[in-house]
Amino acid sequence: MAITGVMRPGHVCIRVLEIEPAVRHYVDTIGLREVMRDTAADGSARVFLKAWDEADHHSVVLREADEAGMDYMGWKVDSEATLDKLSADVEASGLATDMVWMREGEHPMTGRRFRFTVPTGHVMELYAHRETPGCAVGYLNPDPWPDDMHGMGARRFDHCLLYGDDLAGTFKLFTEVLGFNLTEAVVAGPDEQMIGAFLSCATKAHDVAFIQQPVKNKLHHVSFLLDNWGEVLKAADIISKRRVSLDIGPTRHGITRGETVYFFDPSGNRNEVFAGGYTWYPDKPVIKWTAEELGTGIFYHDRKLNEKFLSVFT
Amino acid sequence: MHPAEQRFEVHILDTGERYACGGSQTLLAGMEALGRKGIPVGCRGGGCGVCKSRIVRGDYHAAKMSRACVSADEQAAGVVLACRVVPRSDIEIEALDRMRRCVTRHLTPAARPPVPPT
Repeated sequence: MAITGVMRPGHVCIRVLEIEPAVRHYVDTIGLREVMRDTAADGSARVFLKAWDEADHHSVVLREADEAGMDYMGWKVDSEATLDKLSADVEASGLATDMVWMREGEHPMTGRRFRFTVPTGHVMELYAHRETPGCAVGYLNPDPWPDDMHGMGARRFDHCLLYGDDLAGTFKLFTEVLGFNLTEAVVAGPDEQMIGAFLSCATKAHDVAFIQQPVKNKLHHVSFLLDNWGEVLKAADIISKRRVSLDIGPTRHGITRGETVYFFDPSGNRNEVFAGGYTWYPDKPVIKWTAEELGTGIFYHDRKLNEKFLSVFT
Repeated sequence: MHPAEQRFEVHILDTGERYACGGSQTLLAGMEALGRKGIPVGCRGGGCGVCKSRIVRGDYHAAKMSRACVSADEQAAGVVLACRVVPRSDIEIEALDRMRRCVTRHLTPAARPPVPPT
């Protein structure tokens, strides 16, 4: 099946308390590359970054602000026609608020973006065009990785896990309007109320996940892809070597089956680097996790949830 | 001696514990070094608010803390995130919110100091 409509996560804008330590973290530790800097309309400093295997101009935006957390997450759609259709669908759904078009060029090398707020309070964007300077190894007889890979050498920005209160509303918008599929659900109670939703717009185990919590618009983590378990272990070495604030791991997720390590950026935003996970196809049954086994779902080796996973977010 | 090279005494009013904290070490890192259970360590970056506390007495330097966790008024009243604060003198600190629940969890009810007025 061809991937149509929303193709993939395209960008995330992360609020950081101080821009320079943040850039050093995302470049030197995670291994992203700084692409350019500008000043946002409100006067705050922005730095645009990309991972070595990404073709598009940028995928991560750091914005200096008074609060940590996530400004917004952007989704690349397959065409301008799809952008027109989906923006109209979002508007007609009645599920989104604060809808606004961001002008072409507001993000460098990027077309117009349709911005809206989903019921859990998170700001999402759809866009169809971004210039593609290309990845670090090129596209003609390429080597598998570049010589100037550094830090953890993250390949791409992969997904976000977000905390919010109206999971049902956000789930409805992502699945019924934007065409996402539920890959795994966490359910609680006798009536199996959904308290966690892992959503895919293409063939990954998840492109975004939402966990029901009595908060609005909170970021649990921003995740980057590595190649294999060995790279995850080496990432943990780098976390210790650079005195980065470790959260948990390296370990294995039951949910999505990824191999993972969690840590924090200098402003307290949680990061993940991970490898593995399965390929999702439209005929794959939804995996269900019960709330009692959520610990196993999140941390497969420990089989128990630590308090930090639920209570620490930005 | 430069304050960063000095060592100061930090007194946790909620538990009566005292520990030495270097002038270049955050109050939370000093607390972590106590190695006891119940120190709520979150992001260590001033973003999550788990280590929210109030400095009752003493001089300190606080790096930037997320406004989502500490308002300007609170900051003016000595409220800090312990992970962003280094001491410049001996310090008396009172835990707030989750930090307070965590540090006093091991105390018997009778040994717990009264909840301070908010």
